[in-house]
Amino acid sequence: MAQKDAKVQDLSQESVMFMKRYSAFAVAREAARYHSGWERAWRSPMPKKSYDVIIVGAGGHGLATAYYLGKNHGITNVAVIEKGWLGGGNTGRNTTIIRSNYLQDPSAAIFEKARSLYETMSQDLNYNVMFSPRGVMMLAQTQSEIRGYLRTAQANALQGVKTEFITPARVKELCPIIELSGPRYPVLGALWQERGGTARHDAVAWGYARACSDMGMDIIQQCEVTGVDQADGQVTGVKTTKGDIACKKLGVVVAGHSGVLADMAGFRLPVESIALQALVSEPIKPCMDVVIMANTVHGYLSQSDKGEMVIGGGTDGFNNYTQRGSFHHAEETVRALVETFPMLSRLKMLRQWGGIVDMTGDRSPILSSTPLGGCFINCGWGTGGFKSIPGSGWGMAELMAKGSSPLTDAFGLNRFAEGRFIDESVAAGVAH
Amino acid sequence: MSTRLPNAGRLIDASKQIEFSFNGKRLKGYEGDTLASALLANDQMLVGRSFKYHRPRGIVASGAEEPNALMNMGEGGQFEPNQRATTTELFDGLAAKSQNHWPSLDFDVGAINTHLARFLPAGFYYKMFIHPRPFWKHVYEPIIRKSAGLGRAPKDRDQDRYEHFYTFVDVLVVGGGVAGLQAALAAGQSGANVLLIEQTADWGGRAQVDGGEVDGKPVADWIASTLKALDDLPNVTRRDRLMGAGVYDHGYALGYERVNDHTPSNAGPRHRLWRIRAKQIVTATGAIERPLSFAGNDIPGVMLASAVRDYAVNFGVSVGDRTVVVTNNDDAYLTAIAMKNAGLDVPAILDARASANGDLVQQAIDMGIRLEFGRAIAAVKGGKRVTGVKVCAQIGEGAVLSEIDCEVVAMSGGWSPVVHLWSHCGGKLNWDVEQQMFRPDATRPPTSHDGEAMVTVAGIANGYLDLNNVLQDADQAGKNAAKAAGSKPKTAKAPTASEATISPMEPVWLMPQGAPIKKRMKAWLDFQNDVKVSDVQLAAQEGYESVEHTKRYTTLGMATDQGKLSNINGLAVLSKALNADIPQVGTTTFRPPYTPISMGAIAGEARGKVFQPLRRTPIHDWNMANGADPEPVGQWHRPFAYVEQGETVHEAVNREVLNTRQNLGLLDASTLGKIIVKGPDAGKFLDMMYTNMMSSLKPGKCRYGLVCTENGFLMDDGVVARIDDDTYLCHTTTGGADRIHAHMEEWLQTEWWDWKVYTANVTEQFAQIAVVGPNARKVLEKLGGMDVSKEALPFMTWADGIIGGFDCRAYRISFSGELSYEIAVPASQGQAFWDALIEAGQEFGVMPYGTETLHILRAEKGFIMIGDESDGTVIPQDLNLQWAISKKKEDFLGKRAQLRSHMADPDRWKLVGLETLDGSVLPDGAYVVADGTNANGQRNMIGRVTSTYYSATLDRGIAMGLVLHGPDRMGEVLDIPKTDGTIIKTRIVDPVIYDKDGEKQNV
Ligand SMILES: Cc1cc2nc3c(=O)[nH]c(=O)nc-3n(C[C@H](O)[C@H](O)[C@H](O)COP(=O)(O)OP(=O)(O)OC[C@H]3O[C@@H](n4cnc5c(N)ncnc54)[C@H](O)[C@@H]3O)c2cc1C
Repeated sequence: MAQKDAKVQDLSQESVMFMKRYSAFAVAREAARYHSGWERAWRSPMPKKSYDVIIVGAGGHGLATAYYLGKNHGITNVAVIEKGWLGGGNTGRNTTIIRSNYLQDPSAAIFEKARSLYETMSQDLNYNVMFSPRGVMMLAQTQSEIRGYLRTAQANALQGVKTEFITPARVKELCPIIELSGPRYPVLGALWQERGGTARHDAVAWGYARACSDMGMDIIQQCEVTGVDQADGQVTGVKTTKGDIACKKLGVVVAGHSGVLADMAGFRLPVESIALQALVSEPIKPCMDVVIMANTVHGYLSQSDKGEMVIGGGTDGFNNYTQRGSFHHAEETVRALVETFPMLSRLKMLRQWGGIVDMTGDRSPILSSTPLGGCFINCGWGTGGFKSIPGSGWGMAELMAKGSSPLTDAFGLNRFAEGRFIDESVAAGVAH
Repeated sequence: MSTRLPNAGRLIDASKQIEFSFNGKRLKGYEGDTLASALLANDQMLVGRSFKYHRPRGIVASGAEEPNALMNMGEGGQFEPNQRATTTELFDGLAAKSQNHWPSLDFDVGAINTHLARFLPAGFYYKMFIHPRPFWKHVYEPIIRKSAGLGRAPKDRDQDRYEHFYTFVDVLVVGGGVAGLQAALAAGQSGANVLLIEQTADWGGRAQVDGGEVDGKPVADWIASTLKALDDLPNVTRRDRLMGAGVYDHGYALGYERVNDHTPSNAGPRHRLWRIRAKQIVTATGAIERPLSFAGNDIPGVMLASAVRDYAVNFGVSVGDRTVVVTNNDDAYLTAIAMKNAGLDVPAILDARASANGDLVQQAIDMGIRLEFGRAIAAVKGGKRVTGVKVCAQIGEGAVLSEIDCEVVAMSGGWSPVVHLWSHCGGKLNWDVEQQMFRPDATRPPTSHDGEAMVTVAGIANGYLDLNNVLQDADQAGKNAAKAAGSKPKTAKAPTASEATISPMEPVWLMPQGAPIKKRMKAWLDFQNDVKVSDVQLAAQEGYESVEHTKRYTTLGMATDQGKLSNINGLAVLSKALNADIPQVGTTTFRPPYTPISMGAIAGEARGKVFQPLRRTPIHDWNMANGADPEPVGQWHRPFAYVEQGETVHEAVNREVLNTRQNLGLLDASTLGKIIVKGPDAGKFLDMMYTNMMSSLKPGKCRYGLVCTENGFLMDDGVVARIDDDTYLCHTTTGGADRIHAHMEEWLQTEWWDWKVYTANVTEQFAQIAVVGPNARKVLEKLGGMDVSKEALPFMTWADGIIGGFDCRAYRISFSGELSYEIAVPASQGQAFWDALIEAGQEFGVMPYGTETLHILRAEKGFIMIGDESDGTVIPQDLNLQWAISKKKEDFLGKRAQLRSHMADPDRWKLVGLETLDGSVLPDGAYVVADGTNANGQRNMIGRVTSTYYSATLDRGIAMGLVLHGPDRMGEVLDIPKTDGTIIKTRIVDPVIYDKDGEKQNV
């Protein structure tokens, strides 16, 4: 134990020497020499022959897992293997809503852990991830939504998550562009989490990647895992497009492709892959300072720092692996939001895209050991896993290092066999 | 200065002058102008400010690719930000204002950023503003947000109308240039049903400006005769102002028609969204000229060479008296020639190539224009408009050789085919080294449901730059598409065009080649987002090597023009920085729409009252006229309570509760789902759907049933009536009607497709009225016609008959514990029957009651409510409903799931009644707590409140809840905290609080 601690110590000292820190001062210094002195944010190494731990998937969850393996557990002989470019999966495609006003205890625990880590992430990573706790509100537009959110507020109070149910007048005050008395679904109140908000999705991936690389971990992009090697029920390594790489432990963190990787490792997952879409308007001057989710009509909305209105809705009705969606879903979402935010009607849709989300039967994630010894899986974040990245990485690292974690214990694969679901659709139809 | 030429352009009607305003200044233009051409005709070179540095911005292009000239347009309910001046047709009274500056366009404080540019390189915000922590949200972010954004946010409700239009065609041709026309003609002559669409109001595309000869005649003549030929074909439809916005799976294409943008006072929709199902799509979408990257290329007056000649030829507008042309290809010579022809000065053509000898080059020489080969621009002079250029050698670092005074710099870096629509749905691209462009790879097309190609590309969009090749390619594309769509192409030959000699272009991605950092920091790639060559190079240096990383790190190509001008140039700079080939670095993904389309058009007609149209029961209007406080339930608005004058909603509910218990209440229960299940296997099917045994139910009888999901959770409940041997009628909850019907169909269609069962949702066919209370039988007997006595119609039976002259079906069922009938009559008779009940009921104290009273009455009886006691995580066993779960059946949906360990766990929370010690009403959704916290520091919880009401009958709060070991702990007192932490002491009681022995209903 003492030895381990010493190693952790070592590392943090090393990192101070290693990494060129970001600051206004550093930018000014570099400006003087036309920014010629900036180093690579992360190294781009060839894979070594073997690692203690391999993480497949350099999305937010994979990178955060690697980061906390190093930071909290002193495990740094780690490779993160990514088939495309890091952060290019759902981590770089989502609408960046961060909140922790979940209903069920295990969800509230991991999402609140994540939210609180977001508060200090820019400082921890020395990379501005632009966490903007501007407040998230979930509109109640039916009586049953009111009851659902009142219940969530009650649960949150006991879970240590600060939320409150607010009146329509307060909704209007916080978001002047909203129409409260729509002819169809009037706004009857909202569940308000003041410390929810947004962050810059790419920066989260990049910040973690830079910090991991700095701890000596290898992030290997453009390298697809094509097989999982095993002996005597234990994982021994992976086959990749850059050759075979050995490992003692394997973390599979590949979101929409989890079923594919599980197949390679020889087990099955209760996960479906479905396209989820988002769209943005052209940028306009600031007009909305909060994040709004309207679950009855199925749409959610926030304004990015660039000024674009960022809009999301429900998932497509069919399974697929293409990172694009059908038009009719975007249409449904826009229609719903134009009703509640009439001013949107005179903005233009700039761009529409999709990501493949990994949906479990109870819409909660899987953070678990697997039937293959030494192989762990982190998936099933579905439509709402950006907000959980740091908490998930924290718990997953603990699970991989120690074999269990209070944050992840309820999210094991065995819950499906036992019927121990963690169903969040109870309070909200969608979980972004 | 820029001005109108004596020879008005081909699109201008010089006899029709119109007035418009820019930043409040009244200006004049002509019919046929775009806002951009009219601004230029009025010497308005400065039209906006850039996103990041607030640099002065002028018009660069003449079409959809314009990054700079974006306007706040209109007023009030017709205000819209970010309108592109180059694609805005001028109309009388148009009011435009420039964007993104304060206090004024000419003097913008934000322009300070341009002096700080050195401190604000790509991604600067990732490295700064980290400390102190609260400053990001409270100081830095607000400043960044304020200075970013472009147009103003609209405030008022949209005054305009939008509509959707659906059509099915064999061949959709996108683009009305010569390629589109020829492709449509070839397809049309094959007999295929063709739709040809063009985004502007002008047909013929670039050829109208650039000229040429087809079949020995001027191309303009060929365009005119081809348009005529198309119009003569009854199977071809041609629409202008209609843009191909996106291509989706299975030949689904989106068209965006700007019906009235140019005539805002006309009646009719502003935009029309076309949803086109096409067997084949031909995209003849042309190409977009690329800028060149040199220091100062963003100063107003630096424009695309093609745009400069478009303004002269189409609109009779001279952008300036002296135009320097700078190029790496022959095409830009057309601009020099056009300027000369318009009587304007062209001091020099700076050609970066070492030499060139194409026909156009020769023509320029013949016209006496000064040509300088191997030359580049070292810097552009000027601030808010161009005053001259410094000339240097393309090879080298930019030592200035000479200076030329000029007002316009017309630049051309070559052309990029518009491949967006090809790529939206997966079409792949190849890099054409000779022409330095991405071209569609015909061997890797977007495919449809059958795996066959569904899109072909024609003309310049396909990488053919000269007129003759364009026509041959388009002809073939049209014929192939028609054939693939099932028609037989004619053998008619394609028209031929004169062929010209073109000298090869030369890739020039930076001017001069060895430009030092100071120049690279002033060489713009993305004009709107302020991304420069140095930014892309910095991204590469810092390891953001993937194009997607570079794009996101620098914001290259993420502006409203979506990189139409900047993407290829940026990609080339990146690949140079990485020492890789362009195709190796790849492109970013093309996302719909091609150019931004209005949200109004996407929403279409579905607004206000027709957004999710309301479902109305036959008694809806009466309800609303009689004080109903509407509650949205599913697609319905049900009366929460009928509020009388001088009453609060709460008082109304109490009155309704007491009256129903004491006299007579009427409930409009028409919204409850009614699903007919019919067929020889209907009983067997319902035995699977419900946890109860339904096949043993006798005709004439009713049974309360539960529906579970395959995961075992309670999904819905309701009374099932057996109508005859083959027929059942299943009642569902209001919200469950469509869901349960779909659930039944899903199982029937996917698992039990061979069972002989049909289902029909007949919810809206009947009005159903619950007649409830001690006087229920009396009122029915008064109306008369059918025996509703205890003997003739016992509890849980039904009968058909006539009441008060109305054909009806009477169910003797109760959700209130009172003597109660639910009477169904044909929907058309619903209101009349309701009226008859109200009238006959006067002497019995009749009053209608709403959903809240319904809830309270059932809660007093301990009946569960789907959505309250159940929430998707609750199984019937939790609610002590074991009695409704058949033990005899081999299987039903949910059975296997309910055997799993956690489902059978004795520690599951179970249903009990809850009674506060002080009689108060428990808060909705409150939890029962135990001592201590769990491993994650959360308070231990051992139960929760599922329903809570004030009961007027008992004059105190009543509640139900799920509690750990609840039924075994009767009488125990629990702690239920409010959100503020105060504890409400609450006793566990029997959930049935009212009339435990059921005496009131058994009469
Ligand atoms: C449109 C949209 C909107 C969303 N909005 C929100 C929101 O507002 N808030 C929120 O909290 N969440 C949101 N989400 C969900 C969120 O984006 C995801 O849950 C989260 O980003 C998942 O992160 P990840 O690291 O698990 O997966 P990803 O970021 O998808 O990373 C998985 C990585 O694995 C790689 N990979 C796959 N197979 C292999 C292989 N064989 N070898 C190597 N690498 C492989 C992939 O290339 C990918 O980079 C949204 C999602 C979408 C699509």
